[in-house]
Amino acid sequence: MRSPRDRIVAFMMLLPSLFLLAVFVYVFIAQAINTSMTDWGENIAQPPLSATVVKSFVGLDNYENLMTDLLKFSFRNAMVNTFFFTIFFVAGCLGLGLLLALLLDQRIKGEAFFRTIFLFPMALSFVVTGTIWRWMFQPKGGINVLPTIFGGQPFEFSWMNSREVIFPFLWQDVPRYITFAGIIILAGLTVYYMSSRRWRAMQYAMGGAVIVLLVFAAGAWDYIWLPLDDPATEPLIAPKGFNVALIGVVIAAVWQMSGYTMAMFLAGIRGISEDLREAARVDGCSEVQIYRYIILPQLNPIILSAMIILGHISLKIFDLVFAMAGPDNAQTVVPGILVYIGGFRQNQFASASAVAVIMLFFVALIIIPYLWSQLRDSRS
Amino acid sequence: MISAYDMRRYTVRVGIYALLAFLTALFVLPVYLVLITSLKNPSEINLATTWQPPTELFFQSYREVLDAFGPRLQNSLQLVIGATVLSSVFGSLNGYVLSKWRVPGEKYLFPLMLFGMFIPYQAILIPLFDFMRSINLYGGVLGLILIHTVYGLPITTLIFRNFYVDIPDEMLEAAAIDGADFFGIYINVIFPLSIPGFVVVVIWQFTQIWNEFLFGVTMTNTDSQPITVGLAQLAGGEAVKWNLPMAGAIVAALPPLLIYIIMGRYFIRGLLAGSIKG
Repeated sequence: MRSPRDRIVAFMMLLPSLFLLAVFVYVFIAQAINTSMTDWGENIAQPPLSATVVKSFVGLDNYENLMTDLLKFSFRNAMVNTFFFTIFFVAGCLGLGLLLALLLDQRIKGEAFFRTIFLFPMALSFVVTGTIWRWMFQPKGGINVLPTIFGGQPFEFSWMNSREVIFPFLWQDVPRYITFAGIIILAGLTVYYMSSRRWRAMQYAMGGAVIVLLVFAAGAWDYIWLPLDDPATEPLIAPKGFNVALIGVVIAAVWQMSGYTMAMFLAGIRGISEDLREAARVDGCSEVQIYRYIILPQLNPIILSAMIILGHISLKIFDLVFAMAGPDNAQTVVPGILVYIGGFRQNQFASASAVAVIMLFFVALIIIPYLWSQLRDSRS
Repeated sequence: MISAYDMRRYTVRVGIYALLAFLTALFVLPVYLVLITSLKNPSEINLATTWQPPTELFFQSYREVLDAFGPRLQNSLQLVIGATVLSSVFGSLNGYVLSKWRVPGEKYLFPLMLFGMFIPYQAILIPLFDFMRSINLYGGVLGLILIHTVYGLPITTLIFRNFYVDIPDEMLEAAAIDGADFFGIYINVIFPLSIPGFVVVVIWQFTQIWNEFLFGVTMTNTDSQPITVGLAQLAGGEAVKWNLPMAGAIVAALPPLLIYIIMGRYFIRGLLAGSIKG
């Protein structure tokens, strides 16, 4: 009935979008990868902005420098910051979001009002949020003087100006920690699957643990985690650990995004049929038991989705840090800021591209499996 | 006579509302601080008295902020309108094609399109900068409209596709029997049913593009900067007078905030669509 001519028209209408996205996403990514393997901006003999600049292929040198060069310490600090930021940001949003959703599920009078309040920060720009919270976290004002209203002593914490580093560790020890954490997690999963008699899953978890151990034992990490050029100086000028200056950024980010997880959880809870709850009540379940055994287990896929969405947002975080702490605050540096500074201030295009490609790699690592599973589910 | 059960229920309810009130206070605390700071005379702004309301209302900061933003407000408006309209129209057509017509390789094309909304834009920033310069669109609002239109396509296509999947194919077949072609079906059947879809998409794109900063700060010159860049500059310097950034934050936040308050339901639908399943 629908003619072949119309099918061709349909495809033609899709083509402009396909073409634009092909260029703006995939061609540009290919170019970024390509640039990251040149010396554009690294070679003193070639002014980076000259029209006749010669960009020579240098292989993975820029990546190697990011891992080893003392002067590139800010990349390594940015990776450490991203790691801690992701953990606290995701945990904070999940915890607060779940609490808000459960509270609002209690047949609250004025539920719409509360929902509007908890979700409104999502409508704001990260720049607005950053500006507001920068004022809230002034060391001698804002939150710190809040207790004085009630006659208390002001807090002394210097927030984004803080230089304190807690949980200190050495960069070169990280592969050992990753291996150790990987084995602990996989061993925990093995025991969990064994106790719930999911033999296939248990085999995968055990196999994973063995692989992690073998990768470590075979010394494969030595090819990724290249030794630092100057392991003695690095901890002095750029100690690794949790920069407490990030706490303020985490609080602002959780303030902004926990409404999002609340909305996801609320949508999930409302999707669970009232009949199911009623049946449980008839069977003598208390309200607490209904949440524990019926509602929370059904929210597991939503928790996973939220972790992935929030996780990839935190890998990309840029504007919030820029507006809150400024692009030059060494304690709160993140990869997104480094790409901006390298690419748009210092004209170190190749090195900035390498950082950008690493960001893309980690985002792709969590997003591609997610997209794949989401679309597979929606098709079946 | 109140039973022990009622008593316990009552305490639980009070506890729930108390907790909600406390959390509400936490969420609006920054709003209070921003409002009072923006309405204070700069001479009255003092770190120690941060939380006290202004002794008299001082609206001058807003006038100064509007002057400081200058053309940036208009830039943002042009950018948002242009890119929202374009990305919505193309998104709607894409969604129509992907949900109602067989497209070769659709199984791979759709996820490949969607991937574009998750990538860190830093990864394409330097090639994009080169490209925009080479087509002479770097540094202007027009170039920014192009950028936001293209990177808006994945989410608009996704929302419209999920929206159109629920329109029964029989309606399309009926129109086809009456002789409607590809565009006839779109104009007579799909488009009239898409108004709620357009509302969701337009609201989502409007707020996202208005709030965007990375492209705004890297792909513009001083004449074409959007409002978020203006705000970052206002607040960025050392020894800032805080009444200005706070008034600026309110001005920059107002358009998306109004949309959110008036059309919250549609905003949430856009928000949840970003996690793929409708």
